[in-house]
Amino acid sequence: MDSISSLLALIIAIPAASAAVLLVGGRWTDRWGHVLGTLAPIASFVIAVLAFLDLQAGGGEPLQQHLFTWIDVNSFQVDFDLLFDQLSALFVLLITGVGSLIHVYSIGYMAADPRRRRFFGYLNLFVAAMLTLVLADDYLAVFLGWEGVGLASYLLIGFWQYKDSAAVAAKKAFVVNRVGDVGMALAIMLMFASFGSTSFAGVAEGMESASAALATALGLLLLLGAAGKSAQVPLQSWLLDAMEGPTPVSALIHAATMVTAGVYLVTRSHFVYAETEVAQTAVVIVGLVTLLWGAVIGCAKDDIKKALAGSTMSQIGYMMLAAGIGPAGYAFAIFHLLTHGFFKANLFLGAGSVMHAMNDDVNMRRYGALRAALPITFITFACGYLAIIGFPGLAGFWSKDRIIEAAFNENVYIGVGALIGAGITAFYMTRLMIMTFLSEKRWQRDVHPHESPLVMTAPLVVLAAGSVVGGALLLNNWIVEWLEPVVGVEEHHEALLSPLLITLLVLAMVAAGIVVAFLIYRRDKISPEAPTRVSLLTRAARADLYGDAVNEAAFMRPGQQLTRSLVQVDNRGVDGAVNGLAALVGGTSGRVRRWQTGFVRTYALSMLAGSALLVLGLLAVRLA
Amino acid sequence: MIPLADRAFDAPHLNYGRLSPLLIVFGVALAGVLVEAFAPRRLRYAINTVLSLVGLLAALIAVVLVAGDAPSHHGGVSLGSLEAVGAIAVDGPALFLWGILLVFGLLSVLLFAERHLEGGLTAFAGQAAALPGTDAEREAASRGVEHTEVFPLMMFALGGMMLFPAANDLLTMFVALEVLSLPLYLLCGLARRRRLISQEAAMKYFLLGAFSSALFLYGIALVYGFAGSFQLAAIDTAISARAGATSMLLVGMGLMAVGLLFKVGAAPFHAWTPDVYQGAPTAVTAFMAACTKIAAFGALLRVFYVAFGAANWEWLPVMWVIAALTMAVGSVIAITQTDVKRMLAYSSIAHAGFVITGFVGVQSAAEVGDTQVTSLQAVLFYLVTYGFATIGAFAVVTLVRDAGGETTHLSRWAGLGKEAPVLAGVFAFFLLAFAGIPLTSGFTGKWMVFAAAWAGGAWPLVVVAVLMSAVAAFFYVRVIVLMFFSDPVGDGPTVAVPSILTTAAITVGATMTLVLGVVPQPVLDLARQAGQFIR
Repeated sequence: MDSISSLLALIIAIPAASAAVLLVGGRWTDRWGHVLGTLAPIASFVIAVLAFLDLQAGGGEPLQQHLFTWIDVNSFQVDFDLLFDQLSALFVLLITGVGSLIHVYSIGYMAADPRRRRFFGYLNLFVAAMLTLVLADDYLAVFLGWEGVGLASYLLIGFWQYKDSAAVAAKKAFVVNRVGDVGMALAIMLMFASFGSTSFAGVAEGMESASAALATALGLLLLLGAAGKSAQVPLQSWLLDAMEGPTPVSALIHAATMVTAGVYLVTRSHFVYAETEVAQTAVVIVGLVTLLWGAVIGCAKDDIKKALAGSTMSQIGYMMLAAGIGPAGYAFAIFHLLTHGFFKANLFLGAGSVMHAMNDDVNMRRYGALRAALPITFITFACGYLAIIGFPGLAGFWSKDRIIEAAFNENVYIGVGALIGAGITAFYMTRLMIMTFLSEKRWQRDVHPHESPLVMTAPLVVLAAGSVVGGALLLNNWIVEWLEPVVGVEEHHEALLSPLLITLLVLAMVAAGIVVAFLIYRRDKISPEAPTRVSLLTRAARADLYGDAVNEAAFMRPGQQLTRSLVQVDNRGVDGAVNGLAALVGGTSGRVRRWQTGFVRTYALSMLAGSALLVLGLLAVRLA
Repeated sequence: MIPLADRAFDAPHLNYGRLSPLLIVFGVALAGVLVEAFAPRRLRYAINTVLSLVGLLAALIAVVLVAGDAPSHHGGVSLGSLEAVGAIAVDGPALFLWGILLVFGLLSVLLFAERHLEGGLTAFAGQAAALPGTDAEREAASRGVEHTEVFPLMMFALGGMMLFPAANDLLTMFVALEVLSLPLYLLCGLARRRRLISQEAAMKYFLLGAFSSALFLYGIALVYGFAGSFQLAAIDTAISARAGATSMLLVGMGLMAVGLLFKVGAAPFHAWTPDVYQGAPTAVTAFMAACTKIAAFGALLRVFYVAFGAANWEWLPVMWVIAALTMAVGSVIAITQTDVKRMLAYSSIAHAGFVITGFVGVQSAAEVGDTQVTSLQAVLFYLVTYGFATIGAFAVVTLVRDAGGETTHLSRWAGLGKEAPVLAGVFAFFLLAFAGIPLTSGFTGKWMVFAAAWAGGAWPLVVVAVLMSAVAAFFYVRVIVLMFFSDPVGDGPTVAVPSILTTAAITVGATMTLVLGVVPQPVLDLARQAGQFIR
């Protein structure tokens, strides 16, 4: 056990070292950089599996490794410790497992890109930071990983920085995430101020005697952080633009792993939320609003990646919702997070494969009838599709169903909201399916779709398999019991509706969604151009439900006004004063230097005068 | 008065071991003269260079040995002893100053001995007696002669500089002043290039130096009139006893202050500095700027702390004014300078002001806590930081050249960053140190003197000092901008490749400037161990 514990650091160190080699090594590593970059997460994955087996064999005692004392200032001591418990184990496996597959896929996807080596360096950097985030056992160390993934996300969204849209999207993601980070940073400071510690154990201990107000404040601040990273309303606006990044990035960072960090944070902080009803409710509301918000957006987008991004937002909303419910929901939040990690990565990589075939066109209105041209992509994509809409037996069915059930047990309105969300999910995913793979060809000229190479399809197949059988984690209630040592025991509720009835309701909603989609998007009714005369709701959804407009009106323009007026003050007032002073000093200098005549007689005279003044000064002091 | 005839003349007892650093330096100087007299011309350069370097190293080792077994007083507050019948104080501060004077002396010898820049000759005039622009001068140039007398001259000056702050009576101090000054007057006039301006500088320095020496001597006479003794401790006793005519003391004190402030280049006695710094051969300027200032500050501190310490309420207000005026004059006038050497001269004036700021701070070890430094220690530390950066900066100046020799006009330095990025970077680093940017020695040094001044209640002066630092930062940064962000004018300057000597001097200067900015503690501890002046 000790031997594995001491290997924990390697899980982070290997991708970090690889990133360093690739980014520092520069062109020297161009030829083999992608191979090294792919081997790194695979090596981490192997260690993670070993550690996981050890954890299982060891009776659930978490593995820990003390690395070093990070900060030691007076009473403030932060140790850099790694914690591999049941919760982080699942995350580490997801990150390294799905991460490895996406690395493999990227070899093919980025083959033509001259900067592929740098891309792998960034990906490795991301993996290392994300692993730090989930393996740390101190909020401050989590924050380190938190900012690290933020940086990697920024670099990767803007990877094609020569495209204005990519550069702008990266900047937007960075700025919006800063808002969330402020919440997280304030929460950490508040923890230190109140408990004198920022470690999980220290904060959990302090929470036992914390006031309700403190708990609420901490809960809301952490929620703000989580909302930023996980693109939850009101900090959702960056995720859709983040699709400017290469598709493997969208799959790894903006679907499977990083955006779920918020769910991790809330689950990890269960001891905070246990003490505060208000913050818990806030989490539920944020989750519910986001799941509907994202779903509605997903219905209106013609850009395949943006449609999927709306879907991601919506599915994370489900997880947030579940996490907000408390111990009854944590396990299902994590369960859905894992299954979602599989099927959403599957869908994104599938979308990438489609774009690869269609000359990087993302507009679904120019797709159609691709099932014949891309058979493997089609079949694997279909697996992901069935999983996400909750087709009975597939991964999404088990996980989403349990969340909706938990939501009904919590509150009937929330349950209904989640149920409607399931229907909309079925609708927009079916729409996406029809527009892309079914219906008729609406291809542009000189597009010749072809199936992707094996290096891209193999990961698709693996992920599709995961999407199909991912529900197995729920066998014998395994995942619930597995996570019990971390998040606590579920209290038994009086069930409002029987689980079977809820399942049937969900299936009915899903079926309705599919049917409606088929009715609207009949074979020949999709035009290659987006119709302009559409309902208000469609128009709103196309504009991301005016999220940007709100931000611009509420923050950007007043902010610009403020900056402009500050610049005015700076130009007129501060600069005026400074320049005036500088001119004064300069003028003085110019005048005074004329005393330096170069004549030794003048100098001697000035010395004599100075001596006289000095002596007189001494006498004056004496007299005074 | 006791009739002379009744006093038996006792041969003074000299403890040669304790005085050995001084004796070695003067011995090397005399040996250098003998070399000039008897060694063949072509060997003189090599012999004198080696002799100087070895001699200074030996003196440095002697300083360490003497410091090692110096007796301690008052529980470690001060250490050392009075030697040569009380004429020389070999105490902690004196030993510290000797140490740094020898280190900077060594660096200066490296610059003096540089021969790569003038095509195999030193930067000193081939035949100083030949009038500029005459056939004799041209002949001297074509014959490739050089004045290797600069080495013994420099040794004499350095010996005087070492004696100056160690002098425990006023007569010895005056002798030391003259011993250090006279060789410097000569050295200033020995430039190989631009000989007229060099000779003009020497002339000005000599006239004004003689003037200030006269004032200093008159001051000594008046103080003797007041106290009846040249011994610093006796003057202190006389002041404490309030015996004698106070006005005589005040005028004497004032005139002595003029002499010392002239040597440190404090306003309003600074007028010679820019002209002399500009005209003197750059190696000599580096030597003067670093070592003369150190020696003069050592003497200033000793006289005013030991002899006039009991009357400090009399002179502190005047020193406040001098400090503020010096900082202001140096910083403000430097802004409009167009010549690198003149700019550095004004910069050194401003630095003198900063040192005086520290000088008027806390004075006794009893007044400060364990973690604080006394003003004496702060000043000692500041002088170390200032010396390394100054020698390094002037050494860089010797390398930027055009057909007429060194090109010191600032406009010719434009675009140096493109031409010689490393050299420009090092120079920029020295400028940042002068400006007191963190991670350079300038920051820690300024911090020390400001802290000492603040603790001594001189906070208004600290405020002025910080404001003047800001003004000074302007012209330092302006040069950096000029070097890195301006396009060169015409062909731009060329950067000569120096021999190992100048390279070593620059490297040591830059390294120490960095080290003292990052880990100042060892040198600070050394200054702390030096303790206080003994009486």
